[in-house]
Amino acid sequence: MAGEAKNLISIADLSKDEISGILSLASSFAEVLRRPVKKVPALRGKTIVNLFLEPSTRTRMSFELAAKRLSADVVNFSSGTSSIVKGESLKDTAKTIFSMGADAVVVRHQSSGAPQMLTKWVDCSVINAGDGMHEHPTQALLDLYVMRERMGGLEGLKVAIVGDIEHSRVARSNILALNKVGSKVLLCAPRTLLPAGIEEFGVETTVSLDEALGWCDVLYLLRVQAERIEGPRFPSLEEYHENYGLSEKRWDKLEKKPLVMHPGPMNRGVEIASSVADEVEPSIAGQVAAGVAVRMAVLYKLLSGSVSSERFEREQ
Amino acid sequence: MKDVKDEEILVKGGRLLGCPGGLRAEGDILIRGERIAGVGRGISSRGRVIDARDCLVAPGFVEMHAHLREPGFEYKEDIESGSEAACAGGYTAVFCMPNTDPPIDNQAVAQYVFARGKEVGLSMVLPHGAITVGTDGKNLAPMSEMARCGANVTCFSDDGNSVSDSEVMLRAMEYAATLGGLIISHCEDKSLSRGGQMNESYFSTSLGLEGIPPEAEEISVFRDICLAEKASARLHIAHVSTAASVELVREAKKRGVLVSAEVTPHHFSLTDSALLTSYDTNLKVNPPLRSAQDVKAVLEGLADGTIDVIATDHAPHAPHEKEVEFEKAPFGVIGLETSLGLVVTKLVDSGILSLEEAIAKLTISPARITGMERWGYSTTLAEGDIANFVVFNADEKWTVKPEGFRSRSKNSPFLGWELKGRVQSTIFEGRVVFERGEVFPGA
Repeated sequence: MAGEAKNLISIADLSKDEISGILSLASSFAEVLRRPVKKVPALRGKTIVNLFLEPSTRTRMSFELAAKRLSADVVNFSSGTSSIVKGESLKDTAKTIFSMGADAVVVRHQSSGAPQMLTKWVDCSVINAGDGMHEHPTQALLDLYVMRERMGGLEGLKVAIVGDIEHSRVARSNILALNKVGSKVLLCAPRTLLPAGIEEFGVETTVSLDEALGWCDVLYLLRVQAERIEGPRFPSLEEYHENYGLSEKRWDKLEKKPLVMHPGPMNRGVEIASSVADEVEPSIAGQVAAGVAVRMAVLYKLLSGSVSSERFEREQ
Repeated sequence: MKDVKDEEILVKGGRLLGCPGGLRAEGDILIRGERIAGVGRGISSRGRVIDARDCLVAPGFVEMHAHLREPGFEYKEDIESGSEAACAGGYTAVFCMPNTDPPIDNQAVAQYVFARGKEVGLSMVLPHGAITVGTDGKNLAPMSEMARCGANVTCFSDDGNSVSDSEVMLRAMEYAATLGGLIISHCEDKSLSRGGQMNESYFSTSLGLEGIPPEAEEISVFRDICLAEKASARLHIAHVSTAASVELVREAKKRGVLVSAEVTPHHFSLTDSALLTSYDTNLKVNPPLRSAQDVKAVLEGLADGTIDVIATDHAPHAPHEKEVEFEKAPFGVIGLETSLGLVVTKLVDSGILSLEEAIAKLTISPARITGMERWGYSTTLAEGDIANFVVFNADEKWTVKPEGFRSRSKNSPFLGWELKGRVQSTIFEGRVVFERGEVFPGA
């Protein structure tokens, strides 16, 4: 995203400074969102298409709200109601959208790499809103935003990510982002859910949740994606909960409670006990709220060609 | 058609590279009719003269592993466009895999493919027969019937539908051996590779693509070597791609197992890291592009003779099939027209193989393994041989461009690459079928 880059496909596209820039800009937008009139004219006249080809509630709504708060025109396009069901290819769909004058396409797709491919077919900005098992960069940015707000800083922060690392795009983006900003990452999962070559990402791994709990400042629980797990990864959800779930017993035992985060939607009784979920609910709601401000920052940065929050503040 | 029986063509001034025999001094080859009528220096002829100065004259290449897509998938390739690609790449014989529609699992389809190849007349087109009916891994296909027909099929493969049932594979080897035939195995344990898109590694994890572990291939290579050893049958391992597969073949050969192996130019030229950030579906192949260590082992296998043959696994796919999400794209790349360039650039120039050794893996090795002598096909470049040879410039550089392909499909992973080594002319059964970029349809 350095210089004139107009796409956000992977966290790898961002430098440490660019990440800090986005987080600062997001703070300014968070302030806008606390005003009675939660809207600024920053992207008036721009058209943003939400191309969501995989089910999503919070990310789609979050991007839509972010665009509207910036006064952009938003068109929503989802697989159930589009020509995709008539067999139109992604390439043709992309070209159609671009012909309609979109300035940006926000894409959610079940296939890894689909947003990267779109950049070859359209000339507008492409923003990855989650692709297969690859990445979900705006999720990682909003997670960093919350960690920074709640923990006071990111440098040296100890973050344990627990669960289905192999199938998680959220984990991949968070690992890359946390590495860039100088946080420490510990992955916790049964061996069957740790992907090949994960140690080459510069992270530590453990199979013990108790070890992770004893170590971390932030406990990041991943959703168990039953729909992505084919074959014998673990015997049952009950056994998963027993070994890798944040149970009441584990939670109560902890002297120093970490900040608990989750990308949602939560599977209560699987990765987290329902009572613990209720207790940590405020911080998870905080992630959702931060999502709008962070996505405003990303849209603004990509579409206005500015990385400076000062400029935005000056324009106000 | 005029009488070509006594027509002469003189190929003048090239360095001759016969197999066996190796590189000889500059010389001329006189063709009369379909045969070589003279080899030597200072031959003169009143017929057409092909200037082969600065070029090598080698036996026509033999492709052991191509997909010509006819019948059934002519929008990807057909026998005519595939034959054009073959002669442009220096091939005078092409074996095609049976995964057509209908599949080549009986003499009628085998005979159709063979006859169609003869009709086109740019290269020998020889079908491999299926091992099992419909390549579904259950019942043996009528191998003897396919062997007896005009196509004289002696090599059998279910190719991408790797035979999963070990007893079926064992019986197939025993039965093929009964007929003096050969089983060619695409080694893949599908229970390990299922859903996989690329080599399992840091790169697949980074790209979020399901991995295909090397063990999916190696388990199957090991099984098939065990079965071939038990059956005392000949076995050819298609497109070897991993270090352990190379080692398994090497050890088996030492024990005297009748096993041979091939590698594709894309597997010795590219690694899985090439996919990083690009999601280029022209890098999606099966077996997948492997790690740098695997490529190193494959090169060692080529150098020490463990890997006998270079075969392209030419697999054309239409643009609309490849310009899709990575997971939706079919496996396979075209290869007939870039193989010589990759062999010279990646193997000869880098000192892995001498030019003679490299050319042997494109000519005499596949010809021996597939029993080409039954067609009177010779790689010796001697007087009396049927004139099948290629004139190429080993120093000429060229850039791979989609519009340059004769194949109907353009799905090459080497687009934009500069390669060294280019075919100037291809002579098939005494006729110039390709010269300086142009194809000359025959009879």
